[in-house]
Amino acid sequence: MPFSSSPVPALIAAFALGLAVSATAAEIGQIKVSKGQVSIERDGRVLPGNVGVRLETSDVLKTGPDGSVGVTMSDDSLLSAGPNSILSLDRYDFDPVTHKGVFDAGLRKGSLAVISGHIAKQAPDAMTVRTPTSILGVRGTEFVVSAGD
Amino acid sequence: MTRPRRFDRWQSIGLLAALCSGACSTGTVILLPEESGRETAVSVRQGDKEVLLKEPYAAARQTPFGPQAYRSNPDEVQSTFGAALAAQPMRPLQFTLYFVEGKDELTDESKQIVERVFSEISRRPVPDVLIVGHTDAVGTDQLNDALSRQRAETIRAALIAHGIAPENVTAVGRGKREPVVPTAEGVSEARNRRVEIVVR
Repeated sequence: MPFSSSPVPALIAAFALGLAVSATAAEIGQIKVSKGQVSIERDGRVLPGNVGVRLETSDVLKTGPDGSVGVTMSDDSLLSAGPNSILSLDRYDFDPVTHKGVFDAGLRKGSLAVISGHIAKQAPDAMTVRTPTSILGVRGTEFVVSAGD
Repeated sequence: MTRPRRFDRWQSIGLLAALCSGACSTGTVILLPEESGRETAVSVRQGDKEVLLKEPYAAARQTPFGPQAYRSNPDEVQSTFGAALAAQPMRPLQFTLYFVEGKDELTDESKQIVERVFSEISRRPVPDVLIVGHTDAVGTDQLNDALSRQRAETIRAALIAHGIAPENVTAVGRGKREPVVPTAEGVSEARNRRVEIVVR
């Protein structure tokens, strides 16, 4: 829903509390780069993973043999996956005022490049990336990880 | 049936581990050089075994024997992760604009920064922008909440006039709650009269 058409009482309440008003509360990030075959699994549905699509917690991104996808999260972390990858956004909670939060992502297979954002900066292990065999505790900032095959 | 000597068994486990470092690796983690020179580290845990990566190109392979540390290099990063790195979004950029006291009018210096914000937005295929307005500590909370909001909305309107879609620009006001320079109540402080803009 466009910001400008938010219900007036909600706007006033948010304004009075000085809180961030996001277009949709559940949005946690956005697809910024998408090449080849990219899809999103959300609540049992499969959506095309096009540039501009807003992401939600529990979304699972999949890339095909020619696919790659780049995502910017609301804490400014950047995640990008190469071909034949499955990336899940398992848990995400970010407070834009304190910059605190948690972020657990999963790379079930494929390749992933990460530049961590505000969440990882606030506390060690506030951000983790799980692969089928390991858990990465992200203290910052730029790394790559592969899983499977 | 000949029972293998203890020595042989250890030898074969060693050989297996050596083979495994490449052949039965189930994944790799490589720490990359950090652009801004910030401190950086990633811990790699497999069960109760842990390797901490702290230096550029410090790396760990996951094997059935736990994570094995090794040193990677730019060639390996490029060959395994080239496609993932090529899909990396542009880094978010932050700008700060300053305002004339008590108004939603930019200072002359900040008017020029607005041009840089415009050009940064136009470089991005799907920009989204967060604008957070702030005030100094002169006046009531109510007044400063309204003023900070008005400052953020003024910049939002300018960006929309410049062509960015309204749904991609969010404006919020935080009043005097988050000063850059903490002051006593009622103190005029130019560095706190600002909006912070993140272009993603």
